[in-house]
Amino acid sequence: MKDIIRLEKICRDFYVGGETVHALRDVSFTIREGEFVTIMGTSGSGKSTLLNTLGCLDTPTSGEYYLDGTAVRNMGKNERAVLRNRKIGFVFQNYNLLPKTTAVENVELPLLYNKKYNAAERRELAVKALVAVGLGDRLDHKSNQMSGGQMQRVAIARALVNEPAVILADEATGNLDTRTSYEILVLFQKLFREGRTIIFVTHNPDISKYSSRTIRLSDGRVVSDVENNRICNAADDLAALPVNND
Amino acid sequence: MTISNLFRIAFKALNNNKMRGFLTMLGIIIGVASVITMLAIGQGSKKSIQKEISEMGSNMIMIHPGGDMRGGVRLSADDMESLKLEDYNSIIGKCRYVSYVSPCVNAAGQLIYGANNTPTTVYGIAPDYMEIRKYKVEDGMMFSEQDIKTAAKVCLVGKTVVDELFSDGENPLGKVIRFNKIPFRIIGVLESKGYNSMGMDQDDLIIAPYTTVQKRILAITHLQEIICSAVSESFTEEAVDELTALLRTNHRISGNEEDDFDIRSQQELSSMMTSTTDMMTILLAAVAGISLLVGGIGIMNIMYVSVTERTREIGLRMSIGAKGIDILAQFLNESILISVTGGLIGVLLGVGSAIVVNKIFLYPIYIQSWSVILSFAVCTVTGIFFGWYPARKAASLDPIEAIRYE
Repeated sequence: MKDIIRLEKICRDFYVGGETVHALRDVSFTIREGEFVTIMGTSGSGKSTLLNTLGCLDTPTSGEYYLDGTAVRNMGKNERAVLRNRKIGFVFQNYNLLPKTTAVENVELPLLYNKKYNAAERRELAVKALVAVGLGDRLDHKSNQMSGGQMQRVAIARALVNEPAVILADEATGNLDTRTSYEILVLFQKLFREGRTIIFVTHNPDISKYSSRTIRLSDGRVVSDVENNRICNAADDLAALPVNND
Repeated sequence: MTISNLFRIAFKALNNNKMRGFLTMLGIIIGVASVITMLAIGQGSKKSIQKEISEMGSNMIMIHPGGDMRGGVRLSADDMESLKLEDYNSIIGKCRYVSYVSPCVNAAGQLIYGANNTPTTVYGIAPDYMEIRKYKVEDGMMFSEQDIKTAAKVCLVGKTVVDELFSDGENPLGKVIRFNKIPFRIIGVLESKGYNSMGMDQDDLIIAPYTTVQKRILAITHLQEIICSAVSESFTEEAVDELTALLRTNHRISGNEEDDFDIRSQQELSSMMTSTTDMMTILLAAVAGISLLVGGIGIMNIMYVSVTERTREIGLRMSIGAKGIDILAQFLNESILISVTGGLIGVLLGVGSAIVVNKIFLYPIYIQSWSVILSFAVCTVTGIFFGWYPARKAASLDPIEAIRYE
C-alpha cells in the first residue's frame, strides 16, 4: 500500500500578542492508502491545526508534509487550492451546503473548479456520488428541505465526487443524534471497505472503535498511535440501538 | 470556472435574494434613467432653440449704431445717428458675402381702423427684409421700389394686427388704416410666424417702405438699423468682417479708434442661447450622475453585506478548491450582473420617460445614442468599480476562518 500522507516533524507556531503558541510540535506519522484513521484529542490539543495542515488549508512552520507524494509546505495559495480540489474531500461538522441549492448542485461544486469536466459530466458524477451515499431518490431536493443526516450524506457525496486521495472528516457526526451518527458511521465504514482513505478528526472516543487506527494528540504532540485489530461493525451497533432512541 | 458558470452562480445568488437584488438594482435603474431623460430634455431644448433661431434666419446680421463718448459722457446707442442711407447703399454694391440687405427704422404707435384700435410697431424696411427675416406675403403683394422712392403710404400687416382691427372677419386688403393719424393703405397680409423663443409676437407688426417711416412718421434721415444676411451660415464671420471694414471706411474710423456701430450676427445669439441650455444639460446630467453614483454605493453596500453573509460559503468554496481569483470573479460578476441588468432596465425606463415627457408635457426631447451608450457604460464601470472592493475582500478571506464563521 502506498503512502497517502507523510508528516515529517511538523511544527506549527502561532504568534499571539507577542507570545509564541506551539500548536503542533514535531508531529510525524504516515497514513497509507485504505486506512480509516481517527485523530483524537481534547480541545486545544492541536487537532484542528493538524486538520488544517492535512487539508492544505494551512502550511506548517517547519517540517515536511507529503500528500500523495507531493510536498505541500512550499506551495503557494493557488497551488494548494488546486491540490485540495484534486486530492482532498472535506466533510464538515455543520455540513456547509449551499443554501436553497439542490443536492446535485451541491455535489457538483468541487467539479466546477476543475475545467476538465463539462456540465453533463459534472451531473453524471454527482448523481453517481449521491447514489453511493444512498440519496439516489433525493437528487433535486434543496438543502433546506433535508434532515441533518441527509445533509451530511450530501456533504459526503460532495467529498467523494472528485475521487480524492483522502477524505477529511471534521467532527462529521458532531451535530447529529445518536441514530443518525451511527448511520453516517455505517456509511464511512462502507467507504473504508471500498478502499478509500479516511481521516476522521473527533473528540468523541466512541468513534475510534469503528476505525482501523487511532492517533491521539495532546498538547500538540502525538501521544499514542495504535492499530485497531478488532474493528466494530457500526451496522450491528445501529441495529442494536433501541428503536425510540431519539 | 467558466464564464457561463460564473453567470449561473451570480444569477442564482440574485434569485435567492430577489427583493434585495431588485432594490439594489433600483439605485442603478433610477440613476441611468434620470441621466438619459435629463440629457434627452436638455438636448431637446437645445435643438428646438437652434431650430427657432434658424427659422429667424440663422445667417442674419444686424448692424446697430454704437455708443459713443462725447466729452467723457457715454451716449446711448439709440441716440446715435451714425448709420446713414449711404451705408446701406454701399453695402448693396460692395459686400460679396452679403446676399440681402435692408435698412430698418421703426416706430411704435396706435393703429386705428374704424372703431377698433391697437398698439403696434411699424417697421420701415426694404423688400429684402422679407428674405432675411423669412416673412412671407400670404395675401396681396409686397410694395415696390417705386413705393420706396415716393415714400408711398402703403403697408403690409401681420396676423395679430388683422385680428385686432378686423375682428368681424372683414378682408383687410385695400382698407385704409391710420397710424398716428397718418393713413396707410393695406396692400398685403403677412403669413403668421407665431412667437419667437424670447416670447415676442412676430405677427404684431406692420411693415412699410423705410422712406415712408423715415419721412412721414419719424422725420429722420439716419437709419436705426441695417439688417443683412450672409450668403450662407458658414460665411457669417467673413460677412461680418467685410461689413466692419466697409463701415469703418465709410465713417472714416482709422487705427485703434472704436467702432461707432455694432454688428451682431445670429450665430452669436445662437451660441449664446445654446450655451445656456448646454449649461442646463450639464447641470441636469450632473445631478443624474450623482444619483448613479449613489446607486453604485448601494451596490457596494449590498455586496459587502453579501460577502459577510456568505463568509461560510466562501470558506467552503475555497476549501474545495476555489482560488482567490475564482471568488473575486464570482462576486465581481454578481455586482456587474446587478449593474448591467439595472442599466438595461434604466435605459428602457429613461427612453420611455423621455417619450412620456414629450407626449404628455409636449416638451421637446432629443435622445442621442451617445447618451444611452455613455450611461450604460458608466453603470457597467460603476458595477466593476463598486463591486471590486467587496469582491477583493471576499477573495482575501482566510478559508480556515471563513469556514467556521458563525
